[in-house]
Amino acid sequence: MKKFANVFATAWGIVAVGAVIGVLAPLLQKLGNPGNMGICVACFERDIAGSLGLHRAEVVQYMRPEIIGFVLGSLVAALLFKEFRPRAGSAPIVRFVLGVFAMIGALVFLGCPWRALLRLSGGDLNAILGILGLAFGIWVGTLFLKAGYNLGRTEKAHSAAGLVMPAIMAGFLVLAILYPPIAGEPKNDILFTSIKGPGSMHAPLIVSLVIGLAIGFLAQRSRFCTMGAIRDLVLFGQTHLFMGILGLVVVAFVTNLVLGQFKLGFEGQPVAHTMHVWNFLGMALAGLAFALAGGCPGRQLFLAGEGDGDAAVFVIGMIVGAGIAHNFGLASSPQGIGPHGVAAVVVGFAVCLVIGLTMRKSAA
Amino acid sequence: MSTTVDARGLSCPQPVILTMEKIKELGTGEFTVLVDTDTSKENVSRAAASKGWEVKDIQPDGEGYRITLKKG
Repeated sequence: MKKFANVFATAWGIVAVGAVIGVLAPLLQKLGNPGNMGICVACFERDIAGSLGLHRAEVVQYMRPEIIGFVLGSLVAALLFKEFRPRAGSAPIVRFVLGVFAMIGALVFLGCPWRALLRLSGGDLNAILGILGLAFGIWVGTLFLKAGYNLGRTEKAHSAAGLVMPAIMAGFLVLAILYPPIAGEPKNDILFTSIKGPGSMHAPLIVSLVIGLAIGFLAQRSRFCTMGAIRDLVLFGQTHLFMGILGLVVVAFVTNLVLGQFKLGFEGQPVAHTMHVWNFLGMALAGLAFALAGGCPGRQLFLAGEGDGDAAVFVIGMIVGAGIAHNFGLASSPQGIGPHGVAAVVVGFAVCLVIGLTMRKSAA
Repeated sequence: MSTTVDARGLSCPQPVILTMEKIKELGTGEFTVLVDTDTSKENVSRAAASKGWEVKDIQPDGEGYRITLKKG
């Protein structure tokens, strides 16, 4: 039976992929990435936005090879297993806007769902508020899904159209290699690079890239998705994807203990703040946007790698959203929320609720 | 084989939602789900199995798959 052709889609497969990420992410931190930020899709896309000069927050600018690896690793897996399916056309502008607000929400919390799990496994108790908020936002999303929310069907697209996002990422990689950071300089000919702060903390390019490629490959095969994990549990009572994030948290916790990176508490956690309400609400906004867009930020990268042009638009939305978040004081810092973070969360919820309420379409 | 759910082009979790609705509506019997990605194929099969439905057959169909589900 073809059902079992993909071992990564089995229960053990998804747990194994979660476990592998649970080892590799803390390892990336050991090798230079910021605290409890071995991997953070939102933070790393924000760093890429900074590297390109879309925002000028000096401490968060770096062309993160992990993100590039995620897309290209997924592309390789999709091509190898004949799952590369160029497609597009399911309300791209809506997906762009959802990407923008997903990023804004994530930057109010200071992390995507992946980092929320990694923060928890590193002992950062503020992550609990974020994860609860994430679950709440996804739960709200499932209410819309039950009421018939649907962004419509995609259409088959040209192969070249499906390769646009991988090509952009390949271009970023070429820039990162041709224009390496100059020691002590905030900018070379092309790219901005932080000389202090989280953006200045990174594992060697080749290590980040190879681990990114490996995770991209595995996640494409297993369909690993942090948002889907909670959504499927709430919506269908299914635990399949949830086992994946459980595997990630447990193994990352053990790895952090082994590497001496575990520190329990609320105060003084790396790249985190202790404003519980905004940790909850920021992630709730992100969770709702992820649920309405059909995938966590990691999953959107893997989908973009297998030719999904709508997921690619969501990714671009997140990168632009990072620019907006830092240019207009919406993003938080370890000192707390930004001057306009509250307004951004309110506007974000309003926009997502309108999207959820108005975009219903009989699919059958 | 008269009933078909067309979930092609729909993103997660729509194919599973449509399949679950049909399972609820029919109770027992047989129906076909059309999907266009391997992810949807796996998700629909897994969801149907969790409701006690048998994945009777999966055939390549154009760009995607034709999944036949059966119960009773």
